[in-house]
Amino acid sequence: MTPVSTDLDRRFRAAAAREHLLDVAYDLVDTPIGALLVAATDRGLCRIAYDADPERELDLLARVFGLRVLRSPVPIDPARRQLDEYFAGKRQRFDLDVDLALQADFNRRVLRELSRVPYGDVVTYGELAMRAARPRAARAVGTVMNRNPLPIVLPCHRVIGSNGKLVGYGGGLHRKEALLRLEGALL
Amino acid sequence: MTLPPFERFYDEHREEIYAFLVRRLGRGRAEDAFQETFLRALRAYPKLRHGEHLRAWAYTIASRIAIDEHRRPRADAELPELEALDGRPAFAQLEHLADELPPTERAAVVLRYGYDLDYADIGAALGSNATAARQAASAGIRRLRRKEVQ
Repeated sequence: MTPVSTDLDRRFRAAAAREHLLDVAYDLVDTPIGALLVAATDRGLCRIAYDADPERELDLLARVFGLRVLRSPVPIDPARRQLDEYFAGKRQRFDLDVDLALQADFNRRVLRELSRVPYGDVVTYGELAMRAARPRAARAVGTVMNRNPLPIVLPCHRVIGSNGKLVGYGGGLHRKEALLRLEGALL
Repeated sequence: MTLPPFERFYDEHREEIYAFLVRRLGRGRAEDAFQETFLRALRAYPKLRHGEHLRAWAYTIASRIAIDEHRRPRADAELPELEALDGRPAFAQLEHLADELPPTERAAVVLRYGYDLDYADIGAALGSNATAARQAASAGIRRLRRKEVQ
């Protein structure tokens, strides 16, 4: 039996995305802090996951965005390129469309404020709550950070406790530390 | 049975669908037909209501594309035997006729008499074997005959 060649497989996956037949495309992106599963809809980047269990992720993406989920590297290439540059210290801002359509209003507002926290800077949960015009919602902001669908690109690693402690990170504190160190915010 | 994410459907069926297309069309033409099969499946995927008989469904799409490929003359490919298809294609008439059969019998009848698949392929498509496929096809035909008499 002739197996499906890598090239044929690659061509099909590219064609599916090119013809806009996918609800979500995803691929794995290697970085110095581990492989990331990166997913995008036609509107933009919709998910970045650390330590992803592919089967679980597939089900989750299908449930949230639609059944036509396919591993397809081409739509992920811009994110891959920018992540590579970021980890090489050659990029401080991501220039990528993001799809936050399915986020609740409050979450979207907080994530938008988060995206404005500059490279190399840090902000406390309380400050971020203030910037999102909800000064008493520091704890809720913490929850939004914890569920950030696009870590790194939406820099929740730049949000720390009011006592200066790193507090927590969805991908593990060692990663938050590594990212802040890369950005020169931690010595 | 709920529909799986497309990646899982593709992953499960791509090898056998490709092998089937290679048998039907030769390797030269199988690649395009393979891509077209799964693109067509993607287009139709949101309309599926459940995850049953996905394999037979994939074979049905692949068979249809293989028939279209047969009809399309191409100078550079070695052509498998081409039977004459006059007027309305057999599979179109059959699909309609067989609409009311139970799913397995329907798939067996359509794949056998509409697409001229052999029982081994049909068995593979239905997740059983050649004998079971033959039985399902003849049970379907008997049922259609009874309906005709009524």
